[in-house]
Amino acid sequence: MTMTTDTIRIDDRDIPFTPGQTIMDAALAAGIYIPHLCHHPGLPPSGNCRLCMVKIGNRSTAACITTATAGQQIRSDTPELNATRKTITQMLFVEGNHICPSCEKTGNCKLQAMAYHFGMLDDHFPQFYPRRELDASHPDILLDRSRCILCDLCVRASRDVDKKNIFTTAGRGTQAHLIVNTPSGKLVDSPIAKTDLAANICPVGAILIKEKGYEVPIGRRIYDWQTIRETGLQEQVELKNKD
Amino acid sequence: MTIDHTTKRKLKLATTSLAGCFGCHMSLLDMDERLADLLEHVEFDRSPFTDIKHCGQCDIGLIEGGVCNAENVHVLREFRSQCRILVAVGACAINGGVPAMRNYFDLQDCLKTVFLHGTNVTHPRIPNDPELPLLLDKVYPIGEIVPVDYFLPGCPPSAEAFLQLLQPLLAGEKPVIVKSQLHYD
Repeated sequence: MTMTTDTIRIDDRDIPFTPGQTIMDAALAAGIYIPHLCHHPGLPPSGNCRLCMVKIGNRSTAACITTATAGQQIRSDTPELNATRKTITQMLFVEGNHICPSCEKTGNCKLQAMAYHFGMLDDHFPQFYPRRELDASHPDILLDRSRCILCDLCVRASRDVDKKNIFTTAGRGTQAHLIVNTPSGKLVDSPIAKTDLAANICPVGAILIKEKGYEVPIGRRIYDWQTIRETGLQEQVELKNKD
Repeated sequence: MTIDHTTKRKLKLATTSLAGCFGCHMSLLDMDERLADLLEHVEFDRSPFTDIKHCGQCDIGLIEGGVCNAENVHVLREFRSQCRILVAVGACAINGGVPAMRNYFDLQDCLKTVFLHGTNVTHPRIPNDPELPLLLDKVYPIGEIVPVDYFLPGCPPSAEAFLQLLQPLLAGEKPVIVKSQLHYD
């Protein structure tokens, strides 16, 4: 064993980390993919999608919010963890209205790509078919809450990058939902612009730029060519190049 | 050794479309000349291809579409009781698909919008002929009504995906849909 004081071990690979770095960031920097939907390199982590659950010894923890510590022995790519991740993906599907054939985001959707990654053939659980408010008030941006997975990437992007603080989540449990920080609660009354990160970071089809939906035909979209594992590692490289 | 196709029992295959658009059936036909090979090994029982009205004892049943009315429930239960292996084919059978988008509204509101207040309605009346199957409150995936053995996603699944399903089933093996073939759209 070659474990030194400044490395962590993920699935039998020793990788370096910098003090304060999370397991997720250290893994991505080393080219190790840990499945994730609510994590995005460059934004503060939230730890809510739970897809990045890893095992440190017997303890389960979300890699995106756990600080790397010298000598950690981490298991990530195991049949048990991947089966759990597939189940989480199935639960995300049934909790919302994810009718892929009718969604503009199909082929570019990270939730769908995650399901492909785990070979998901059915949703397993009974469908919720929730009724959630649609906000089409903005001329350039559509908000369809029925597809929202509450990853809160838009919340963080708007607060920390766009500096507009447009979105937040409200309610608890199955009542949790995305709200718009305006007196009317409508997007049209917010200062959001279609070039904002918050308007473009949605991993699913909850926040869509209008009049763009079918510019790229179905069958020639991101996940028709690449896997979410490949794009997940690329996002890390793009962030590095930006620095 | 050559296999004598004339004496080997052909497997019985039944297909139906419930709350679907027949797109999955069209995609099955996209096998083109490979259909001839398939027919060496199977014969169709109840199916839109044969117009047989009731499903006999079958080896494989392919269900397209979700369950939106009372007749769909009867047909689905008949298939489940008669078919050794039941397959949910396509997005609608698996999670309700596009027809399930009516689940966001109350059924009465849907009927009123379509038959009373819709555009170009000349004789506003909600149809209530006893011949018409009663609509369910929601459109359901078939797996919420009967147990399902296999799932073939896609809208529709490609002809290739149908072959990936049927070839192992005909050989008595478990089908594996390769990830690169997996599509929900």
